Amino acid sequence: MAMFLIRRFGIMLLTALCLTFIVFFLTNLTPNLEKLARSEGSVRMSDAQVASWLENNGYAQPLIVRYGQWLGAMPGWTKEIDGETTGRCITAAMPAADAPRFCGVLQGNWGQSTVFKRPVSEILGRALGATGWLMLWVMIIMVPSALTLGVLAGMREGSRTDRVLSTVAIATTATPEYVSGVILIVVLASATAGISPILADWGWIEGRTLFQGTATSAMDEITFWNFGLPVITVALYGMGYIARMTRASMTEVMTAQYIRTARLKGVSFRQVVIRHALRNALIAPFTVIMLQFPWLLNGVVIVETLFNYKGFGWTLVQGAGNNDIELLLSCSVVAVVVVLVTQLISDIGYAFLNPRIRIS
Amino acid sequence: MSKTEWDPSQPILEITNLSISFFTRLREIPAVMDFSCTVMAGEAMGLVGESGCGKSTVALAVMRDLGKNGKIVAGTIKFKGRDLTTMGEEELRQLRGSEIAMIYQEPMASLNPAMTVGAQLAEVPMIHEGMSKTDAWALARQIVADVRLPDPDRIVNAYPHQLSGGQQQRIVIAMALMSKPALLILDEPTTALDVTVEAGIVDLVKDLGKKYGTSMLFISHNLGLVLDVCNRLCVMYSGEAVETGNVAEVFDKMRHPYTQALFRSIPLPTADKNSRPLVAIPGNFPLPHERPKGCNFGPRCDYFEAGRCDAGPVPMGDTGGDRHASRCVKFAEIDWNAPLAAVKTTERTPVGEVVLKMEDLRKYYEVSGGSLFGGGAQKVVKANETLSFEAREGETLAIVGESGCGKSTFAKVLMGLETATSGKIFLYNQDIQDTPIEKRAVDTVSSVQMVFQNPFDTLNPSMTVGRQIIRALEIFGEGNSDEERRNRMLELMDLVKLPREFADRMPRQLSGGQKQRVGIARAFAGGAKIVVADEPVSALDVSVQAAVTDLLMEIQRKNRTTLLFISHDLSIVRYLADRVMVMYLGHVVELGTTDQVFSPPYHPYTEALLSAVPIADTRVIKKRIVLEGDIPSAMNPPPGCPFQTRCRWKDQVPNGLCDREVPPVKHLATGHQIKCHLSDDILTEMEPVITIAAE
Repeated sequence: MAMFLIRRFGIMLLTALCLTFIVFFLTNLTPNLEKLARSEGSVRMSDAQVASWLENNGYAQPLIVRYGQWLGAMPGWTKEIDGETTGRCITAAMPAADAPRFCGVLQGNWGQSTVFKRPVSEILGRALGATGWLMLWVMIIMVPSALTLGVLAGMREGSRTDRVLSTVAIATTATPEYVSGVILIVVLASATAGISPILADWGWIEGRTLFQGTATSAMDEITFWNFGLPVITVALYGMGYIARMTRASMTEVMTAQYIRTARLKGVSFRQVVIRHALRNALIAPFTVIMLQFPWLLNGVVIVETLFNYKGFGWTLVQGAGNNDIELLLSCSVVAVVVVLVTQLISDIGYAFLNPRIRIS
Repeated sequence: MSKTEWDPSQPILEITNLSISFFTRLREIPAVMDFSCTVMAGEAMGLVGESGCGKSTVALAVMRDLGKNGKIVAGTIKFKGRDLTTMGEEELRQLRGSEIAMIYQEPMASLNPAMTVGAQLAEVPMIHEGMSKTDAWALARQIVADVRLPDPDRIVNAYPHQLSGGQQQRIVIAMALMSKPALLILDEPTTALDVTVEAGIVDLVKDLGKKYGTSMLFISHNLGLVLDVCNRLCVMYSGEAVETGNVAEVFDKMRHPYTQALFRSIPLPTADKNSRPLVAIPGNFPLPHERPKGCNFGPRCDYFEAGRCDAGPVPMGDTGGDRHASRCVKFAEIDWNAPLAAVKTTERTPVGEVVLKMEDLRKYYEVSGGSLFGGGAQKVVKANETLSFEAREGETLAIVGESGCGKSTFAKVLMGLETATSGKIFLYNQDIQDTPIEKRAVDTVSSVQMVFQNPFDTLNPSMTVGRQIIRALEIFGEGNSDEERRNRMLELMDLVKLPREFADRMPRQLSGGQKQRVGIARAFAGGAKIVVADEPVSALDVSVQAAVTDLLMEIQRKNRTTLLFISHDLSIVRYLADRVMVMYLGHVVELGTTDQVFSPPYHPYTEALLSAVPIADTRVIKKRIVLEGDIPSAMNPPPGCPFQTRCRWKDQVPNGLCDREVPPVKHLATGHQIKCHLSDDILTEMEPVITIAAE
């Protein structure tokens, strides 16, 4: 087990290095850097001034050197201009004399966001916290309902229950978040349309709408009212997909010979499903659920922008829209880590569910 | 929960005029028609027939588990006097597992892979008798010991995949016995197992039947097994029972032409490929919606009489024996003792010069620790050890052994799918052991060909049969034009006795036997000199086996091909082989002519193997030798003699020689060699395993 984990971590590190290098390369293309120089320096800079700005701020070094510095594996650049020492690790708060030689991601220095004018680590920490809550609630809603849906549909293939539930699952997974989100806002979060006015008339809800159309206030305090819609929007999309997977796996298991054995042992249908079929049927969807995490990051980008919830997805959009190189790089590192870690959990969990596979 | 009260003098199971149909969107497909049988207390009833004859459907009908499409359309099934066909789901649930239990064909698939063996066993008394969990587990442990599994404490906590096939089947049997059922249904319980393991299971089933007084419904296609296990027998053909009666009576005084034809098509010890060949049943099994009018067997029957046999439904008629009935209008008229007319006898083919020679061939595989995620120490699987033999032109050499003995590895090395670790293979004095098949010359490839075990998987499903044979001809460089190759393909179709119009059919439109004929045609496309037939008939039905074997023999006679016949079925080997090579754990333990191998002195493993094969002949008297335990893993073979862990002669060898040294090859008579430490005196005193009582 330890050996397996060590090896897996090694491979993960290598993958992370390759992926971040690719992102680093793409975000550090020359046009991006020139744009950066103009936005940081002055919009009216001449080409020569841009070149010298890049030179003075360490962007003229070879790509691989800059990547090493960003990573913290190579010493940060220093330069003396007019008797004043500047460098990667030297800031207003950190004079040249005290500055460390290395200051990259490995040292915990994620750089400075050019949009928010604050350290990336601070912004990202806040954003991830916010998105974490969103993901948590999405998982709490999505996984149990998807599994229930899938198992109910799959236990009697071709029955009326199966057809109805399958239709629901296909409909939700075929509706992208930017469609379902808008529909949900109109139906549930509008004071003039949908069902909210009706409910308010009947006196069933205190406020004017059932849900709030923006989730900004959820940054401070999560309530059913302000957080319901974003969670439902993300959950619906993933739920259909997982439910379909569960159903397929469940129908397959229900035709297996050991299910017949159980039935002909006199086990009741309920017990056949719960004791014999369920664990076997959950092996396949488990990997799918784990793969949903990276997918959720995807959905989060749309949903957070739609509901103005300042989480990871919203930050990513801001970073990308404003050529914030350091922020974008950090976002990609986080995304890569999330993908790799969920993969690892998925592999380990798979071995626990399936006794035929044992990690040695 | 109390069990049904019932008078023991009445039948346990009484099926009367049962008809079952499956309903598809297109039509109703009758699977079983007008089936009746009675099982008394303590009786074992055998249901025999080829695949698709409806025997499993009857079993599932007794369990009332026919699926969504299956329905009982007529008749009754009475269990202890209660009609099962009208019973509700809840009542049925109380019977299932507690009073009627079932044992299945594939033990691996019948056990839940995600539950421990103990949990699956303990469930039965917990449901039916409301037993506490601790008591149920204690009972499970005791029953596991009862089915003669070693180390029950370890086994109840194991998962099914950690057990061998034989052990898994014992667990399924244990599960069926957990609540001491009155009726046990066994659906081909040993088909997926090796013969020596099968013998152990059959012994166990018989003993348990006696011990608990359980009645049995034993479904099998193997007549020898039925003779071994059952008191009574019901032969089924195309959805109908055609003959039923006492086992001995049906075997010796059969009163239905199908039963007779069946017995003539299976290789009994008295059959011989030259003087008394098998008689295949002509034609094919009718599809359920294409059954003829009148007698279903009519079109394939030698005694068919137009106007009588195809007039209308044939009822069961009592023959006057011990509850012996036959579904034949002519059973009273046919002279059942008449000798088989016009047997085609052939000359024994002389063998030619040596075409294939193996010297000290070894094949080792290196495998990693055996876990999914790699790691662990490298292990060596010794699949073949010092294999030496030669095969001559026109000869049939049978290679016999149970799964894991290395017979398929040997075939792969010969074919060039693997290269040998050491040793030599000479094909016409040209050594080919190190040449993988991609590097072999076209004529080498075309002269060594293979017929595969499973004809269902080895034909390309999206290419016509003719196209596949032409493709083989193209690869072998036969023929100069497409026209020429097409003609050659049609000739090959004639050779394997398939109608020429089959060339344009897809493999799915062919039956198993026909597909295997295509496989044979493909193997012989390039004029093969050596054909490796890897269990070519084991996936086929009994009546088809004879025809395919016959075909192989005939082509061999014509082309003077060397046939390497790999099989685990000793009956068929005795019938067609000239020489036999017995393998165990990669070693050749015995090699000699068929007569030498099948008569004493034997290698102890050959002896056990011979004793394990069920023979469908009431005159045969067999010595019962049941091997303990399973075949050791090739990854971890025992030291010394590979067979020492299961050998019953081991204590006859002094000084524990068997534990320490691999026995040397001992030459007994011309061409007869065995690998054993036993002294010559003991070997000569060995008694024959099979004797045939005088007629």
